[in-house]
Amino acid sequence: MSRVDVRKTYKLYIGGAFPRSESARSYEVYAVPSRAGARPRFLANASLASRKDARNAVVAARKAFPGWSAATAYNRGQVLYRVAEVMESRRAQFVTDVRDAEGLTPARAEAVVSAAIDRWVWYAGWSDKLAQVLGGLNPVAGPFFDISAPEPTGVVAVLAPQASSLLGLVSVIAPVVVSGNTAVVVTSADRPLPAVTLAECLATSDVPGGVVNLLTGRAAEIAPWLASHRDVNAIDLTGAADAPGVSWAELEAAAADNLKRVLRPGGSGAEAVEPDFTATPALSRMTAYLETKTVWHPKGR
Amino acid sequence: MSTPDSADPTARARDLLGVSRLTNRALSGALHGLHGVDQVGCELRAAALGTRSIKADSKRWAIDLAISMIDLTTLEGADTPGKVRGLATRALVPDPSDPSTPSPAAVCVYGDMVATARETLGDSPIRVAAVATAFPSGRASLPVKLADTKDAIAAGADEIDMVIDRGAFLAGDYLTVFREIVAVKQACTRADGRAARLKVIMETGELVTLDNVRRASWLCMLAGADFIKTSTGKISPAATLPVTLVMLEAVRDWREHTGDMVGVKPAGGIRTSKDAISFLVAVHEVAGEDWLDNQWFRFGASSLLNDLILQRQRMTIGAYSGADYIADDAPSAY
Repeated sequence: MSRVDVRKTYKLYIGGAFPRSESARSYEVYAVPSRAGARPRFLANASLASRKDARNAVVAARKAFPGWSAATAYNRGQVLYRVAEVMESRRAQFVTDVRDAEGLTPARAEAVVSAAIDRWVWYAGWSDKLAQVLGGLNPVAGPFFDISAPEPTGVVAVLAPQASSLLGLVSVIAPVVVSGNTAVVVTSADRPLPAVTLAECLATSDVPGGVVNLLTGRAAEIAPWLASHRDVNAIDLTGAADAPGVSWAELEAAAADNLKRVLRPGGSGAEAVEPDFTATPALSRMTAYLETKTVWHPKGR
Repeated sequence: MSTPDSADPTARARDLLGVSRLTNRALSGALHGLHGVDQVGCELRAAALGTRSIKADSKRWAIDLAISMIDLTTLEGADTPGKVRGLATRALVPDPSDPSTPSPAAVCVYGDMVATARETLGDSPIRVAAVATAFPSGRASLPVKLADTKDAIAAGADEIDMVIDRGAFLAGDYLTVFREIVAVKQACTRADGRAARLKVIMETGELVTLDNVRRASWLCMLAGADFIKTSTGKISPAATLPVTLVMLEAVRDWREHTGDMVGVKPAGGIRTSKDAISFLVAVHEVAGEDWLDNQWFRFGASSLLNDLILQRQRMTIGAYSGADYIADDAPSAY
């Protein structure tokens, strides 16, 4: 006897909860056809986030920021490592999601999921090392201790890469939150399901609600509101590459209004290019969202 | 119906109830003769009103109206003169980045802070409201409550927010509640004959049923309240839309009955612009357009102003605003 399909309609991930889009819209997500000319296979419905969902996500991220940024680096590292554990135990679903989203062979999809989990662990390990590497005692000409320490900048809006649906996603979220920032992420529009599964991993791990907020939908619709949002401190434009209707230069101009930190997309000219996420990353994705606090303290005799 | 002598609320109440002597029995008979409230229907209606979509120019108008209706409130044991001055300054200049932002209607403080608030507000039309009568519990003797009221009036309060004796109300002793309101109303009159407006807090969260809210509303209006107010803000639930709906119906019916208008003030728990706008929709739909004025409708709130200003800025600059662009009226704790 054949079973009735369990049709899925996924929701957004905002403030640790899974709400429907305020606009009540959703869109159909299809698998990449396995051969040219094949009919695309329906996977699920995803929520189509609106600007008001983005606004709500920023409120949630702002609310989560004081607690997350004040947690000890050690604690943040442990919490993020726990996410990798949950991802590992849901490996099979991630593999399926990545295969459907990117049209990879089973072996290749396995490799991508492994790389994504390893990437998360790699970033988690940086939580208590950042301050050692980036901060320290500055030599000054005077009887002072002069200490610099990196601090998170605040709420970071992230346009996740359009093509690399899991490895790319992990590679843009982890460096934001590891240092104590909170994130509002616009996922890949055509490949949102690995992000939905990641949201379920985040919700069932120890990450406080609001630290990572995931909005499935179109960057062209949401990104301008995040770029101009005065309560957002930084924006990562990586996902502007291959996102229809998105001009990253316009987003950068809008971001200048409240002096947001901006991480430009890959590529050299006006054309944005999605970077290769398989290489071991540099520190730049973490340093882009840090402020430096410098303390002068008089030295006794 | 004409009111024989509005200066004497007892005589007027006798006349309205059609009795020769105002007794607890007469009051009980009248209040329990009011129609019962259909709670489910009331909640459905409130929910339906909350879904009205108010956009663009209407929203801008509603936001400005809501700001002008706020009684900007601080009622904490830890209120310092600095905090009250900060709040009053905030009322004078709600948004330094946009001078066209309207001011709230009043600043609402404890009686001992009235002078501080008055001094900061100066000659501005912003009124000073004081809570009195052993706020928030109301558990004190009548002479203490009257002294509390007179003290605030002497310090320059333009409006008095009193609490009813919920214990007496729930025990069915309506006459005591009535007499207290009458006495406090008398105490609101200054030596020069001008009277402070009296808002009567029913603390609906403690009245249990919507039927009781309707009865308490009528009792307060019979006793001469200028405003009926939901809550102290110290009890949850505070100002819910269904409760406010019942009160709005009461003031509407009271006007039909007596020709007099009474104001309504929901207080406590209204924090977002969206909430405030659904209250305004309810005011318009239930009581009528005449109540869409800060003379007849107020919000008792503290954080609501911030959210209204954020929305206002959002409409002005075309981008979402944030807490960094809102004046912080809380003085440093150091």
